[in-house]
Amino acid sequence: MSEIIQIQGVSKTFGGVVANNNVTLSVNKGDITGLIGPNGSGKTTLFNSIVGYHPIDSGSIQFEGREISRKSVQDIARMGLIRTFQQTRIYGKMNCVKNMLISLPHRKMSLLESFKQNSEQDFEKADRLLEFVGLYEKRYLNAGSLSFGQQKLLEFAMALMNEPTALLLDEPTAGINPTLINGLIDRLKRANSEFGITLFVIEHNMRVIMNLADRIYCLAHGELLAEGRPEEIQNNQKVIDAYLGEH
Amino acid sequence: MSKRFVFYGVLIAFILIAPFILPDFKTQLATLWLMIIVAITWDMTGGQMGYNSLGNIFFYGTGMYVAAIIAIAIAFDVGEYTNAFSDTIYKFTDTQYFLGAALGVLGAGVFCALCALIIGYITFGLRGPYFAIGTLGVAIAGGELVSNWDWVGGGQGISLPVYPYDLEGGKVFFYFLFAGTGVAAFVFAKWLYSTRFGAALNAIRDDEEKAEAMGLHTMRYKLIAWSLSAFFVGIAGGISAFQLIHFEPLETAYQTINLGIFMVVCVLLGGKGTLWGPVVGAIVFHLFKEVTWNYFLGWQWVALGTLIVVTVVYFRDGIMGWLVRVRPEWFGIRVESREREATS
Amino acid sequence: MDQFLANISLLFEFPIVNLKIVIDGVMIGALFALSAYGLALVWGVMNVKNLAQGDFVIAGGYVAWWLANQGVHPLLGVPAAFVVLWILGWVIYKLVITRVIERDLFTSLLATFGIAIIIAQVLNLLFGSDTQSIALKYDTLYFMDGFIDVPIAKLLGVLMAAALATGVILFMKWSRMGQAIRATAQDARAARVLGINTEKVYAFTFSLNSAICGAAGAIVVMVWVIQPFYGITHSIRAFVIVTAAGLGNLPGVIAAGLGIGALEQYGAHIFGIGYQQAVAVLLLLIVLLIRLVQQKRVRKSLQ
Repeated sequence: MSEIIQIQGVSKTFGGVVANNNVTLSVNKGDITGLIGPNGSGKTTLFNSIVGYHPIDSGSIQFEGREISRKSVQDIARMGLIRTFQQTRIYGKMNCVKNMLISLPHRKMSLLESFKQNSEQDFEKADRLLEFVGLYEKRYLNAGSLSFGQQKLLEFAMALMNEPTALLLDEPTAGINPTLINGLIDRLKRANSEFGITLFVIEHNMRVIMNLADRIYCLAHGELLAEGRPEEIQNNQKVIDAYLGEH
Repeated sequence: MSKRFVFYGVLIAFILIAPFILPDFKTQLATLWLMIIVAITWDMTGGQMGYNSLGNIFFYGTGMYVAAIIAIAIAFDVGEYTNAFSDTIYKFTDTQYFLGAALGVLGAGVFCALCALIIGYITFGLRGPYFAIGTLGVAIAGGELVSNWDWVGGGQGISLPVYPYDLEGGKVFFYFLFAGTGVAAFVFAKWLYSTRFGAALNAIRDDEEKAEAMGLHTMRYKLIAWSLSAFFVGIAGGISAFQLIHFEPLETAYQTINLGIFMVVCVLLGGKGTLWGPVVGAIVFHLFKEVTWNYFLGWQWVALGTLIVVTVVYFRDGIMGWLVRVRPEWFGIRVESREREATS
Repeated sequence: MDQFLANISLLFEFPIVNLKIVIDGVMIGALFALSAYGLALVWGVMNVKNLAQGDFVIAGGYVAWWLANQGVHPLLGVPAAFVVLWILGWVIYKLVITRVIERDLFTSLLATFGIAIIIAQVLNLLFGSDTQSIALKYDTLYFMDGFIDVPIAKLLGVLMAAALATGVILFMKWSRMGQAIRATAQDARAARVLGINTEKVYAFTFSLNSAICGAAGAIVVMVWVIQPFYGITHSIRAFVIVTAAGLGNLPGVIAAGLGIGALEQYGAHIFGIGYQQAVAVLLLLIVLLIRLVQQKRVRKSLQ
């Protein structure tokens, strides 16, 4: 199994606060990898470091064997590494279809192609993916008028529209109606198996991540605490302490 | 569909016969077209892309100078021609005039497009108010530098030859040059906004960070959009150089607080980020300006400043934005069509 | 070009010239810093980028100039301009600014640009477009065998600027209103929840800014010249200073103000007085560029 994202000894501090300290982990191609940890353990900081939102202090981050820790957000995104946001970011003033069309993979387009109008296939693909996440009925509504959970689904669909190689999801089930969560787990798995997208998921909901992930990493206080298969993590005393110690 | 054809047909017919049925207003109408051009092109970056430039006038002034210099350089030595102390009278032949005008105007467009690429590469790192102030700075600096540059006439500016045939014919000639450019800019904008490129511009406007995170080539798109917009402004400037015959750097070419701010007001008045907004806004603004210029002797500038403040503060969506709100069906906005389909 | 080089070499041949330029620049820069401080205040507290800043300065100058022509002692023009511009600022706030505070930044920028045009044009209609100044009948101090001349009037101007700045700083630090302003600047919503009338704070801040500018203008007219259309250059200077120093960095604003004043004097010396506005604008572009590169390092854009 080949590793698609390799993180070697990454450290990041904000002022005096250590957000990540010497974190080393890797994501296998075609897998669903989970990242858990108590609040403030540096999960989102690690995501931001991977996709290039801020320079890291030390260490190396590789994507498909290429060093990306010095690249900008756009360059990394154009390599096929896409992320969604914890607080969803969608185009609230446009309807869902337009949101989807904007998310077409511009990195695969030549400049000339970007001056074309959207083709019939683009519209079909947008409709298909909106149906996939269950937003087909609402596709002409302004995205801003959707509920928070629906916006998360839309953002997920937009990410799929972009045909990424790897997708970083920051808490995909937060704010989603519990009855829909099973459906979402199913969709994430299908996105992984049918579209062949490697997923790297931050998740607080233990039930979700245990059902979803092939492999889980646990962060605490910015350092890697444990790693392993879901059942290993579930029974790891250090992980249990880290979570219980919070209360 | 047929209704639309009738609408555009009548419009084009009116554009074609306007200078003949309103013979006293030929120059006025040409100026109106100038307003429409700069408003449409300002909206390409300001309204559609969310980068509010206060410095687009830089391309107007630069276009004027480039067009004039090319036209002069074809026939004479530029440094000699612009020398204020020389007594030589320079006479253009008809061929020199029209060839110079054609090459000059085109060259102005191309040169300004290149300028936009270079300036944009630096200024597009600035966001929001910094971009507005930075571009304003570029425009003011451009005017100041040109007015101290003797080779292009310094503070005196440049005089170009008069249209070689009769005066009224000249007015019609310039009307159609401006009208042609204006129609071209409008058609181009209409097409541009329907492409993926147009959608990408909207994405940059609404959330540039998200657009970056989706891998859009934001810098490339921003540069191209500004450069296309500068191309048309440069051409408009080039035509103005020949229409005005004489121009000088600070008051005519790089007129930061006149045309430079008018174009923004036109767009805001008509409605930012809409196709027809800049056109409607330019017409309303031009009418307002002409009325105040004639009836508020001395106070016209105060009236204009008041118009800017009132538009910005109280009339935010502009005329088109207001129409969209009142009559969404005119604009083909579907809100619940799919749901209605599902229930029926 | 040769002239520019000659001017530059003069600086090296006679180092004393540098001292003179710096002293002149610092004395003017103190006034720039004053209006820049007002801009930083308004920018920080209500997030309004005021492009009419320079026109407040010029308006204050005309108040002092008009009073001096009526026979009032010029030094009394400073408090008078402070009061008049306070009222003007309050009226403008109530009519316009209160409606643009929560809007996007371009709205406030353009609205204040409109106000700037109105003020400049009204001044032009009232007083004409000639440059004006007040000549104070004070001696000039000479140092270094007469090489350095410091008119007492200018010295007085700097002292008044310093006194005004100190007064404002003490006010911001110790008065209840000052504390409310600082609280609102940090988080307007939290301040509202805690019972601070932010609307009142905004009105006060904007009037205070306008009054500071007015007083600065009243000093400018004594040590320099004013003209109805000089406002935009003052506004640009204020932006340069605030951009260079950053918000909420008072020592930075003062240092940047003095620095910009000195740099402009150097520009005037090298390029001649005709390039005055160009130098101010070029400084703006240079400062923006430097800040841009700084932000690029941490992968942020300047916003």
